[in-house]
This record gives sequence, C-alpha cells and structure tokens, in this order.
Amino acid sequence: MRLSVNGTAVEVDVHPLARLLDVLRETLGLTGTKEGCGEGECGACTVLLDGRPVNACLLPVAHAENREVVTIEGLRGHEALQEAFVTEGGTQCGICTPGFVLAASTIGEEVAPAAIREALAGNLCRCTGYEGIYRAIDAARRASREAGSRPDRGGGR
Amino acid sequence: MPAVGTPVPRKEGLDKVTGRARYTDDVVLPGMLFGRTIRATIPRGRITGVHLDFDPHGFTVVDARDIPGRNVVALIVDDQPCLADGRVSHTEEPVLLLAHADREALLGATVRLDYAAEPAVLDPRASQTVFKELTIQKGCLDDGFGSADVVVEGEYRTGHQEQLYIEPQGVIAVPEDGGVTVYGSLQCPYYVHHALSVLLALPPERVRVVQLETGGGFGGKEDYPSIIAGHAALLALKANRPVKLVYDRLEDMRATTKRHPAIVRHRTGVTRDGRLTAIDVEVLLDGGAYTTLSPVVLSRGALHATGPYRCDHVRVHGRVVQTHTPPNGAFRGFGAPQTQFAAEAHMDRVAAALGLDPVALRERNVWRPGDTTATGQRLGPDCSAADVLRVAVERSRYHERRGTLAGRPGAGIGLALVFHGAGFTGSGEVKLASRAALQLTATGARIRVASTEIGQGARTVLAQVVADALGIAYDDVEVAEADTRFVPDSGPTVASRTSMVVGRILQGCAVRMRERLGDLGPADYHARHGPFEVEGQYVRPAGLDWDEAAYRGDAYGCYGYACDVVEVAIDADTYEARATAVTTVHDVGRVLHPVLVRGQIEGGTVQGLGYALLEEVAMRDGAMANAQLTNYVIPTTADVPPLDVVVLETPYVEGPFGAKGVGELPMDAPAAAAVNAIRHAGFDVREVPATPERLSEAPCVSR
Amino acid sequence: MRTVVSALELGRPRGLRDALKMLRDEGPLTPLAGCTDLYVLLNAGTLTERRFVDLWPLDELRGMAERDGFLWLGALTTYREIIASPLVARRLPMLAAAARTVGAAQVQNRGTLGGNIGNGSPAGDTLPVFAAADAHVVLASLDGERRVPFTAFYTGYRTSVRRSDELIAAVEVPEVDGRQWYRKVGTRAAQAISKVVMAAVRAPTPRVALGSVAPTVVRVPHTEALLARAAPIEEAQRALLDEIHPIDDLRSTAAYRRRVAANLLARFWTDTA
Repeated sequence: MRLSVNGTAVEVDVHPLARLLDVLRETLGLTGTKEGCGEGECGACTVLLDGRPVNACLLPVAHAENREVVTIEGLRGHEALQEAFVTEGGTQCGICTPGFVLAASTIGEEVAPAAIREALAGNLCRCTGYEGIYRAIDAARRASREAGSRPDRGGGR
Repeated sequence: MPAVGTPVPRKEGLDKVTGRARYTDDVVLPGMLFGRTIRATIPRGRITGVHLDFDPHGFTVVDARDIPGRNVVALIVDDQPCLADGRVSHTEEPVLLLAHADREALLGATVRLDYAAEPAVLDPRASQTVFKELTIQKGCLDDGFGSADVVVEGEYRTGHQEQLYIEPQGVIAVPEDGGVTVYGSLQCPYYVHHALSVLLALPPERVRVVQLETGGGFGGKEDYPSIIAGHAALLALKANRPVKLVYDRLEDMRATTKRHPAIVRHRTGVTRDGRLTAIDVEVLLDGGAYTTLSPVVLSRGALHATGPYRCDHVRVHGRVVQTHTPPNGAFRGFGAPQTQFAAEAHMDRVAAALGLDPVALRERNVWRPGDTTATGQRLGPDCSAADVLRVAVERSRYHERRGTLAGRPGAGIGLALVFHGAGFTGSGEVKLASRAALQLTATGARIRVASTEIGQGARTVLAQVVADALGIAYDDVEVAEADTRFVPDSGPTVASRTSMVVGRILQGCAVRMRERLGDLGPADYHARHGPFEVEGQYVRPAGLDWDEAAYRGDAYGCYGYACDVVEVAIDADTYEARATAVTTVHDVGRVLHPVLVRGQIEGGTVQGLGYALLEEVAMRDGAMANAQLTNYVIPTTADVPPLDVVVLETPYVEGPFGAKGVGELPMDAPAAAAVNAIRHAGFDVREVPATPERLSEAPCVSR
Repeated sequence: MRTVVSALELGRPRGLRDALKMLRDEGPLTPLAGCTDLYVLLNAGTLTERRFVDLWPLDELRGMAERDGFLWLGALTTYREIIASPLVARRLPMLAAAARTVGAAQVQNRGTLGGNIGNGSPAGDTLPVFAAADAHVVLASLDGERRVPFTAFYTGYRTSVRRSDELIAAVEVPEVDGRQWYRKVGTRAAQAISKVVMAAVRAPTPRVALGSVAPTVVRVPHTEALLARAAPIEEAQRALLDEIHPIDDLRSTAAYRRRVAANLLARFWTDTA
C-alpha cells in the first residue's frame, strides 16, 4: 500500500484495516501522533489527510492509500505557531500538543476568535484550560501579520 | 537579567511542539514484550477458579505466587495486594498478568475467572470499615451554638472525579543488573522505587526508576504507578525480557484511582449580624477498597473544611471508609475541593438565612493576619484572604452584576473564597526529609532532584530559582532526568510543594555554591578546580509547630488564597448551566514564571468547572460504567468561557523568592462558585456535578 | 482491549456495481464508510462484525444535487460537505444545523450520512431531520434502486429494511413546506451524544421527529395532529409524552428526557410562529 507521509512516498505492507495511527507509530516509527482515547474524542491522534484534520485512531490505512498524510514531524510553515505554543503556555504536559498544533494549522486567518473555539472542539486538553492555546494562536497570527506573509494553510508541503 | 518573574522558555517546550518528546508508549526496546492485566469482574468474593483458554506458547503468565517479596503495594498502610491472592475486594482488581511479544496474540488470549461472590458494600454510609477517623476541635461547640442567633444546617455531596490525563498510565520494565529498571509516566519515582523494592525483595540499589516525559498526572500518577510498575516488573523478571505495560483509556478509567466522593454536613451557628459563632462539620469520604492515601486525603479535607473564616468554636469530625470499589487516590486538591465546595455552598445559604449579602457575610468573618485556624495556627502577614476577596468582588463587579442578573431569568452570579495549604500536612515535610543536589558543570549548573516535570513547568521553575540564586543565566542551568540512580529523594511531586519546598532547598544549595565560587563564574571555577556538588535537605522553617496526636498547631507552612466569581446562564428548556463569565483571583506569594503560573490557574479552574458542571462517574456493580470519553465528559473549548485571571503576590518569607505553592489552589473554588451562581439563578443544588438532570429536579430558590 | 485486525477481512470493490456484486455473492459483508462509528467499536474490542466492504472510494455515492425537485444527497456525503453546501443551506438548513453538532472538525471530515443512517443509532443526529422532512432512503442493489420512506426504514433497535445485498446509496428529500427547526441536547457543548434530539417543520401539517427517546427515531403523529388543529401547546405536550419512550441510561434519565422533549416542543412552536 502506497501513501505519502510528510512529503515522502512510503510503501507499507500492513492489513488494510490497520489503524493509520498504528501504521504511523509502529510501522513508520513516527511517534509524534499520540493515542489518548481510541474513540475519536480527544484529538491527540490528529493528523492531516489531504490537508484536513482527521483522527488517525479512526482511520483504516486503506483510506490513506495514495493520499497525503502530514504528522507533527512533517509540519512545515507553522514555526511561529509552534513557537507560540511554547512561549504563550499553549503546551504544558505536551501530550495533546501535536494534535492541537495540526488542528490549529488548518484554521484560516479569517476565522474569528470566537469561532476558533468551535474549530478546536475536537481536541481535548486537561492541563491548560485552553487559554494558553488561544494565546498561542493569537500570537502566531500577529507574528504573521507583522511579517507580512501568510503562513501555509493545510500544513505541510 | 533575572530569570524569576520572567517568561523564560519552557525547558522541554521545543520537543513538545515538534513531536520529539518521548513518552512511555513511544519507546520501543529490543526484545520487548507487551503486557496485559486480567482483572476481577465482581466487587467482592473468592476466586475459585482460573482458566487459561489459550495456547500458552510464547506467553509469560504471572500471578500472586510469583511475587518474590511481599504481595503489597507499599504506601501508608500496606493493605493493598499487588495481585489478588484468592480474594477480590473490588471490581477491576488485578488478578493475573500476561505478556507476549505479539500484541495480537496477547489481546486474543481468553482468561476465565470463577468466583464465590460475597455481598459488597458500595455505599460509604453503609460501611463498617473505617480507614481513618479524626477530629479537629477548637473552643467548645456548645458555647458557640449557645451564642448563636441562627443555626443553619446543610448536607453537600461530591462524586468521583477522574483525573483524565490525556496520556494513559504506562511503564516499561527492564530486567537488568541483577534487578529491574522501570521507565514510566509517573509523578513520584521514589514511591515506585520503594514499592518495587518491597514487592520484589530487591535491595534499593538493584531497583531503578526513571521518569519519562509524562502526559499529565494531577495526582492520578502519584501512587497508581507503583501498581503498574510492579506488574510490569513481575512480568519482566519472569520472562527475562523488557515488558511494556500501557493501559488503554477504558482500563485506565475503570481500574485506576479517582477523587474521593464526599458527603459533608454542616451545622453553623451565626449571630444576626453575621458573625460565625460555631462551625460543626461532618466529613465522610469514600476510600474505595484499600487505604492507599485516604488518611492524608481526609486530613487535608478536614483541615480545609471550615473555609478561611474566623471562628472560636469549631469541630470537624472526619471519617474515610471502605467500599468495595476501585481504591480512590490523589487528585489535585486532595480532599480540599470536596470540603471547600461544601463550606462555600453553605456560606451562601447562611447568608440567605440571615438576609445578608454573601460578600458581606464573608467580609465579616474572613481571616486576617493574627487570626487562628481551627487547629490554632496563627496566620501571618501573608494571609491575604481579605484582599483576594476584595479584588475578586471589584474585578467581577459582583454587586452590580448580582443586581442586574437577579432580574434576568436563568442567570446568576456566585462566588467562593478558598485557601490551600502548600506542602505536606503537619509533620509530613519533616518526615519526607526531602533532599536536592546541585552540581557545578563546565557550563553552569545541573539540578538533581526527584521532582518530576508533568506539565506544570517544574523543570523550568527550579532552573529559574537556581539561576537567580546562583547569579547565572537560565540557559546555563540544566535539570537532570528524574532517575533514582542519579537523583536524591526530593519527595513526591504533589501537594503544591515542588516550587515552594524543593525550590527552597535548591535555592539554599545555590546560595552555598555561590559562596564557594567566590568571584569566579562556574566555567572558570570548573576549569581551575573541577566540578563539585552541593547537597541540601529540607529544614523546617523556624516557629512551625505541629502536634500530630492532638491534631493542633501549624498544619501547613503557608496558605495560598483564591476567590472565584462565576456567572452562569441556565437554559430554560434544557436546564443546562453554562459558565458565561469567570473571574479568578489567586494569591501565589510570588510569581516565579508569569506564563506557568497562569497555566496552573487556568488549567485548574477549568478542571474545577468540569467538576462543578460536567464530570460524573456513573458507578454500576462497583465500577465505572461510563469509562469512555464520549460518556465521561470533560470541558472542550466550547464549554469554557474566557477566564479573567488576576494574580496577587503576598510573599511567603520561607518560599523561594517569596513563592507559595499554587498547583492545587485553583481546584478549590470553581465548584462552589458555580453552584452559588446556580442558586442565585433560582435552583437549590447541593451536589456536584450540577448536571441538567439535577437542576431539572432541584427545588426552586426565591431570587 | 482492541479488536485483533488480522482476523478481519476487507473487500475493496472497484466501483458501485462491483460492491453490489460482492454484497450479493460474498456476503454477509458490513459496509464501511467514514469509520467514525465502526472504529470506536474496533478500538473498544466490541466489534462483532468480521467481514467488511469498503465503500469510501465509490464516487458514485458522493455528491449533492437537485434532481426532479428533490434534494439528492449521496450516502458518502460528509458532515463537513453538508455544512459547507449552499444547496443544503437553502433547501435543508436543519440538516446543516445537525451536521454542526456532530463531533467536531476531525469527525465531520470523515463521518457520512450513509454511516449515520446505516448505523441506525436512536441517537443519530441526522435521523430526525430526514424523518421530519419525509425523506426517502434510496437503496441500491444489482436489481436496481428502490425508495423507502424514511419513516418506514427502521423496524426496531438498529435494524432496518435494508437487505444484506443492498446499499444505502442516497437520501432524497422533497421540498420542505415550512420553517425548519432543529435542536440537539447533548452532554456538553461540543462532541456530545444526544440526550434528546428533535427536528421539526412548521408546515400546515407540522412534522416533529425525535431521537434518543425510543429504540428508533420517531415521528409523533398524534402530537402533530393536535398541533395542526391549533390545540393548546400543553395538550400537544401531553400527547408527546405518550408517543415517546425514553429510558434511563449512562447519559441521562427518562424523566429528564421527557421534561426536555416537552420543553423543546413548546420552543419549536414559539420559535417558528
């Protein structure tokens, strides 16, 4: 089965119903994507599939065949967001961070702050109370406005 | 450029945002087996048969007979077996352990247990087995009630709460060097170290515990890791292979510790003009099947049960009892969220009984420096309860909003004023005798402590304290891994003690190192004279005096104070109460790191709102029936309004740079603030979570 | 403990016809779409099915269009596509409202109408919408297509008239002759399974459908008749309580569900007046 992971074509010999989460973590050794619940509730397993956030714990690898998957290890063009997660307190224990960063990377610049909450409702954090995460997203947006450039939407290249 | 008080970058932050941070389940070792726990499915009885219905090839099987040392989880009272030995005392009690190299084979193995069931006690009020009982007494209750004009009674309840760290429990045990090394997601490496030593009959030097990056703890990884580590170690030693034992969410929620449920009864005497004359509290905590940390949870709960109020006649009587349910344990706040929920919900009812404004009643009785607590502790200049209350009331425009919302159906505003003792209770810190070490390196200094980074920023804050005390750059201070082979026992990472107690010890080490360095910088000194190390140990601050037998004296070195004001809107059709505005004011003594302290306050407040409104453990047949995130609901981004956080600094003289412990304080106020707001909106709720179902059945309160 | 994946079989058809052939000749096969329901069971180890057919690549089951006055929604339409569709916003806004309440972004990118209908949970978020809209389920087999009124599709708890050789191909929704109303009452503000969910249409003959109050999604004909006659709302509420059969479960209580359902009925009535 062929798929693109973080811009690289990979070939995996796994059962088509194997969870993409396990293929990433175990077959490919990309452990940045985490398992928090196995039910598609916590979002710690969020990856980008053709630029859209999905729960890798609910995805058979067959549905990623010939598609582009981006994990936290392969995220490019969102360094300001990742840095802001550190400086603004968006990350504490860090286990939800990869999922949040990927989900946040898909939220367009035009989305109003109030709607950001809704856009992130598929990611649970137990440490921050979410405020630090909003501050991080806000800080990253300000940084990109000041830099005058628009960060990539849909993550990865 | 000082580090303390500035937002220096989190030490391991970059690793966390790039996916490079390695948590337990990310680690793969050569030859590693996977472990699985077979658990009891009834709450009480005898195990009469164990049937292994699978091909044993490739399997390692462990039961109680394989335990080389004592079959206990060594903690306070060693009454909990590591593996059930013929008797079951709670559903999900571990009975058998399996390991196999192939996870599919492991998951496919079927084990059947036969039982002779016995009647189980599931209601704490029906329990005859008391793990701990204590009474705090001040003055004379009869005198207190004698001088009261009005007596107000009430009963308040809180349920279990699941810590819900997003990373489930997990460890990897490796048999080596004639003993075992356990790597894992944990808060207290030396608790695990001790428990393994006892379980495996290994001398301390043959047991090594290494904390890996940990995805949240909140107390849920204080004592439970001793159990999972014991299990993995038993498998690893029998198989002579590394064993990874990681729970999925379902097992984690059903089998591991939770916050103690509580039933708290208040009887309060008060004069007509609002002076508290008598406080009489009964606390009943449900400990689950074994003692674990229950005696200490009861202690802390009882010591916080009066709220931060002056009263000459106090009695707090507390009991923690056994039920045949999975043992309860530590969760941020550790008894204080339960009893302060009751105390603060009760205060609003006392105010209502007197026709007094809830703020006025509190102002009348709030602790001021020089007042004494229920145990007779005299409060010092760092007692900021009155200031915290005043700032919260002003900031939230409480009085104005109280008036405005009174006219709006389904809307209310409530507040709660709380305190939290930092550090271990009573003589606990003396008994812990925590140690810390500071090494001089070629580039700066290395901290060696057993305190664990679990998201709260411990690595960062301890490095800041050392940097400033030593006079070097924050970037030049490293923090060694929490590996029992290389770090001294700094005590557990719990009880809001890490920055305050361990930080203080390190501050002392740094000062002594600075003296020895003289005029030289670390690099120069190291080049000329080589490295050296300074060790430090906890020294009880002068003037602290605690009598364990009489339960009187200075229960804690210092107290933090907080006041939350919560506005709620209650949907007329669905009775859902939503927090629409939250103001939270915290006195932390000294802000060591502005972003990290906000993180503690915001995170704890949202956990508290979950406790208040959403999080309910549904127990069926003695275990958690709703053990999935779809059914045990914690707040999402859509459930929490913006938080208005105000941080005050009333320094604590014995804290590093004046800091008080802050980790748990944010957990204590939200429940009562939310329930008081719900009361203001017209619903008489005396239990959390204040679910829509409860509101729909609640008696009306006149507005 | 997770279901062992190597014990599962997946048929991967080349197109719709191929899929239908597999269902007829190689069954029983459970259709797989976005997997957001099925994989929860797989992860929990409670999946009973072993043999699956993958519908996800079948573009014949995708799309939203107006056909002969009906709104045709392909079975593989995702919640995200529904939320973003101007066509749905115009013709069936209560469906867009329902889609917004499903899970969150990650689930909305993968969950499908066919999955929601095929799963047949009484709490299915879109089911009251289709029941209140008097939609039809389009079932495809090698024999062709047949249309079943949505209100006749379910025969009991998680059971339907779909034969094992049939696939849900689409939902067809006629023109809706009145104001549409939708409310889901969940366990929290997002990512919530419903405790009570209601969709309704203020037509000359009002139509009201509810989920999570019976073993299947239900319409409430006596209540509707009273509303059509302009009976007092209290009378309609009493009738409603006779037509629904909620239970106590892990998420809520029968008493709460009854009280809230009655409140929602009144709210629908005043909101759409």
